[in-house]
Amino acid sequence: MGKYILRRLLISVPTLLVISVVLFTILALAPGDPMAQFALNPEVPPEVRERVKASLGLDQPLHIRYLKWLGGIVQGDFGFSFATRGPVTDLILQRLPNTLAVLGVAYVIAVLLAIPIGIVSAVRRYSLFDYSATTFAFIGISVPTFFTGLVLIIVFSVKLKWFPFLYDSRLVVSDLQSLGQQIRQSIMPIAVLTFFNAAQLTRYVRAEMLENLPQDYVRTARAKGLPEVPVIARHVLRNSLIPVVTLIALGVPTIFTGAIITEQIFAIPGLGHLLVKSIFETDTPVVLAITFMFAILVVTFNLLADVIYAALDPRIKYG
Amino acid sequence: MATVTRPLAAEDVWATRKPRSLWGDAWRQFRRHRMAMAGLVVFVFLALASVFGPSVYTADPREIDYLSFQQGPSVAHPFGTDNLGRDMLARSLVGGRISIAVGVAAMLVAITVGALVGALSGFFSKADGPLMRLTDLFLAVPPLPVLMLVIFLFRDPLRAAMGPVAGIFVLTVVVIGLLTWMPVARLVRAAFLSLKQRDFVVAARSVGVRDTGLIFRHILPNAMSPILVAGTLAVGAAIITESALSFLGLGFPPDEPTWGRLLFEAQLYLDFAPHMAIFPGLLIFLAVISINYVGDGLRDALDPRKTG
Amino acid sequence: MTRRWRIALAVGLVAGLVAGACAPTTTPGSTTAPGTQAPGTQATTRGQGGELRLVWWQGPTILNPHLSQGTKDYDAARLVLEPLAAIGPDGKPVARLAAEVPTQANGGFSSDGKTVTWKLRTGVKWSDGSDFTADDVVFTHKYMSDPATAATTSGNTKNVDKVEKVDASTVRVTFKAATFNPYQIFTGPQGMIIQEKQFKDFTGAKAKDAPGNQNPIGTGPYKVSQFKSNDVVVYEINTTYREATKPFFKTVTFKTTSAADASARAVLQTGDADYAWNMQVPAATLKQMAEGGRGEIVTSPSSNVERLLLNRADPRAPGDARSEPNTKHPFLSDLNVRKALAMASNRKAVVDSVYAGLTGGVTCNIVEGVPSMTSKNTANMDVCKFDLAAANKLLDDAGWVKGADGIRAKGGVKMEIVYATTINAVRQATQAIIKSDWEKLGIKVELKSVDAGIFFSSDVANPDTAAKFFFDVEMFTNNSSEPDYQVYLANWITDEIPTRAKQWRGGNYERYSNPAYDALFKELAGAIDPAKRAELTIKMNDLLVQDVVVIPLVARTQPTAAKAKDLKGILPNPWDSDVWNIADWTK
Repeated sequence: MGKYILRRLLISVPTLLVISVVLFTILALAPGDPMAQFALNPEVPPEVRERVKASLGLDQPLHIRYLKWLGGIVQGDFGFSFATRGPVTDLILQRLPNTLAVLGVAYVIAVLLAIPIGIVSAVRRYSLFDYSATTFAFIGISVPTFFTGLVLIIVFSVKLKWFPFLYDSRLVVSDLQSLGQQIRQSIMPIAVLTFFNAAQLTRYVRAEMLENLPQDYVRTARAKGLPEVPVIARHVLRNSLIPVVTLIALGVPTIFTGAIITEQIFAIPGLGHLLVKSIFETDTPVVLAITFMFAILVVTFNLLADVIYAALDPRIKYG
Repeated sequence: MATVTRPLAAEDVWATRKPRSLWGDAWRQFRRHRMAMAGLVVFVFLALASVFGPSVYTADPREIDYLSFQQGPSVAHPFGTDNLGRDMLARSLVGGRISIAVGVAAMLVAITVGALVGALSGFFSKADGPLMRLTDLFLAVPPLPVLMLVIFLFRDPLRAAMGPVAGIFVLTVVVIGLLTWMPVARLVRAAFLSLKQRDFVVAARSVGVRDTGLIFRHILPNAMSPILVAGTLAVGAAIITESALSFLGLGFPPDEPTWGRLLFEAQLYLDFAPHMAIFPGLLIFLAVISINYVGDGLRDALDPRKTG
Repeated sequence: MTRRWRIALAVGLVAGLVAGACAPTTTPGSTTAPGTQAPGTQATTRGQGGELRLVWWQGPTILNPHLSQGTKDYDAARLVLEPLAAIGPDGKPVARLAAEVPTQANGGFSSDGKTVTWKLRTGVKWSDGSDFTADDVVFTHKYMSDPATAATTSGNTKNVDKVEKVDASTVRVTFKAATFNPYQIFTGPQGMIIQEKQFKDFTGAKAKDAPGNQNPIGTGPYKVSQFKSNDVVVYEINTTYREATKPFFKTVTFKTTSAADASARAVLQTGDADYAWNMQVPAATLKQMAEGGRGEIVTSPSSNVERLLLNRADPRAPGDARSEPNTKHPFLSDLNVRKALAMASNRKAVVDSVYAGLTGGVTCNIVEGVPSMTSKNTANMDVCKFDLAAANKLLDDAGWVKGADGIRAKGGVKMEIVYATTINAVRQATQAIIKSDWEKLGIKVELKSVDAGIFFSSDVANPDTAAKFFFDVEMFTNNSSEPDYQVYLANWITDEIPTRAKQWRGGNYERYSNPAYDALFKELAGAIDPAKRAELTIKMNDLLVQDVVVIPLVARTQPTAAKAKDLKGILPNPWDSDVWNIADWTK
């Protein structure tokens, strides 16, 4: 196993290099213009726009831009944002806490909810509980987050006036009162994201449990007279966890790139919000930094998932 | 797989004699599954309504009525009207065509590619590395710039070749499919890694079943449940993604109603014309949940332990 | 002052107002004398109010206006920095850092039209306590005009020969050629003065490293206490601000919401904010939200005109000839066809149902906003009257006959139109209305919508730009950034036609070329007399409308903002920033 991990770590370097080349090329070729806002402004004539673009380094050939960028990355420098003219790293660090406070929390809650709901749904298949869980899950799947978010805002901010819906990133949680404020301002986005994530995850848990419940070893264990709960917990669950681990490993990196729509609706200054704005404003250094960071997380977490598979199922061998 | 003589004969027997009874068995199982049948009925109804509905309910989905903006459901307009007085039922019926077609087709692309990559990667150790790194690449690239790029490169040629709606349809389906196959691949691979060491696979291999047989006849049926769940989720996601694409100007023309688009447009009027959102939302929900139950029934019906 | 949102958004003249009646709707009149209080405000003491909460749906990313990426940056900087003169709601300058507005009458503007002398206000201090002097003004020009700085405001320095300090409180600007407009530099959003001390080491390539980009030292009523790019700016009172009783609000937060409807909701429904910029929301939704009684909509007539542009070149020409001016559009080059399209464009339906008579009014002029320059002749032109029967007849008479598929054709050319615009709920509704009427004429219309960032991009590799115009018809809003229309009217002269060779630079997207129009423009460029200029402007407007170069649809309001009921002192201003008089805002 140690050897396998080491080999994978070594391979991840060329993998990330290839990913970075692809990212860079796509971003360079995709349409867009950091000066589009001024397109019709006679006070910002085309030659001024071109000059600004040149000052941002956009007049250089693609491979030179790539090598410069790569040289920076090796030294931990993600470059300057076209929009703020400040270091990209500052922007990301400014936003990371907000993203984690909302998306991270929502993801943890979603996992903690989805697993038990999925298990009970499978064990008591076609019970009232299962039907309600299924219905809710499919509302979560077929209704997009912009919609759930809007409904919550109309009910809780507009009608009941319980919660503010503009997220205040300046709030520092230092005592009970500020904690209460933080909960009040983040409860709606957290609810939206929890609902969305849990809805999907619970379907996989349920399906995988259903797959494993009728297996021979379960019958054997039951036949041996083992009580239901340990059978499920020890045998069925363990074997059902592989897809759950896969999905969580796929999901964790997405926490860092943010939930774009939810962040927009609740005005949460998170990374997803930054990413989308930067894509539309062609602020390429910011887009590159976020997506490259995301690529590193994807590679890492998929490796982690592979390691956990082997721990969950000793029969799994990597060649 | 270039299997020529003996194994083919062995599979041949399987393929000619048994399948009829296998599928017969499956259908019998399926029919007994009440929720699955209900799901099938609802889904078929939605599909038929989208295809034939507009010739029965003949209101024009594009006709603007300046005198009836955003009216709630009534006899004249069972689903109400939108912000330009257009009939929401007519728009929902027409919208179902693209939404259902895109949803199902993109789902098929996603699970086919995903299952194939996952199966090869999980089964052949040598393929695992390259294929999974490819998956990492697809996961890591942000969809938005890719979409813009792909659409700008291929939209005009496809549009010229197939017309504005068909061309965009192919593009949308392929793009959504190619952006969403990765979780399926990871899930199928994980299942394969675990299943290929199980006794029944080892036994089948020892009696000379070739790789293709092992993959498609022995392991894949046991890895169906994550695929079916992923497929169900993919339909809903594709319906929503399609509308997101058209909102980025990358999808269907802006006056082509689809369920996702109707829902998107309704959000600005949610406070005082909720019917604009409720009906398309409900249709998406019904389509996705009915497909889910069909998948549920399918899984049970194909479960070797139940039929065999 | 042209703003993407002026271009990309849905706004217009308040219905019922005669086109050109230039009265802001929430507050009558306008202030011209510096320090005059806006009507409806009482004498106040500094910092008496609490927090003022502003919401913009585009976030400021930099607070140095000369490196700005858009209106949001100008607006956020404007609380801190000031120009020599703001542009008032009536289009006339209002002195800020200047002691008075230089005119020919007071001798500030030379009679040969070549120099302008600004007398600066004395005793003004920067927020760090140092004195504001002529050196800062001279430096600001140097900063803007340095090519290596690549300032987005450098266009303002184009006609300026030199800027000199006469004495500590006097600056003289010399133009390269005689001009009718002495206020083309140091006024409005692009004219804010930055402190020499703070920026002198950060010109040229070092411009991006200036700490002042995030926290400029200014002379305005506020200073920055916290700035998170694209998220929030927090301001506190600048204690050295020259007017002792102002500003009223102790702190200001400038929050980014990322969606116009969220901004509207925050002000009109929940009270999470006091003022929201640029309500790019369907007017019906705004009206409904405002019914709650918490807030109201702020509008003002402006020069923004939502229009349809008709392509004179052939967007289907093969290869590199696509939309090149030497090609000819197969049917839009026919005046009768263009007339028919204009007569089948139902402006009233668009204004009533999409703009709800709140954010725009019907217009058939391309020049709007200043009453003395707005044409009254177009109202009677037949191309300005909605008449489907007449339009049909026109096409019949011109030999365009309906085929078996109901689509008109002539000589094998079918009338099929690709009609593009930006993505925006208001625009898509407008598209639907125009399309439904045009199809009644027997013209096939395919709609297309493109993200505004892509549509207005100057990226040569991108096929969907407004300048390339690879469509038959496109729709957006343009406006004049100043109360004179010369620069704006240049958008239809032959020299301004974008071509592949010019990398599609130039504002004449329609590829319109008419020697008569070019001659009128030349005459305008040489005219100094205001009456003559107005006459020529109206003539050119009428020519463009009569020849159906464009089809003007809606005169949009600008700004269209939402404010809390109890917020006072706002003077909506189409020529300058929403917050141009923020020192006067009270509750």
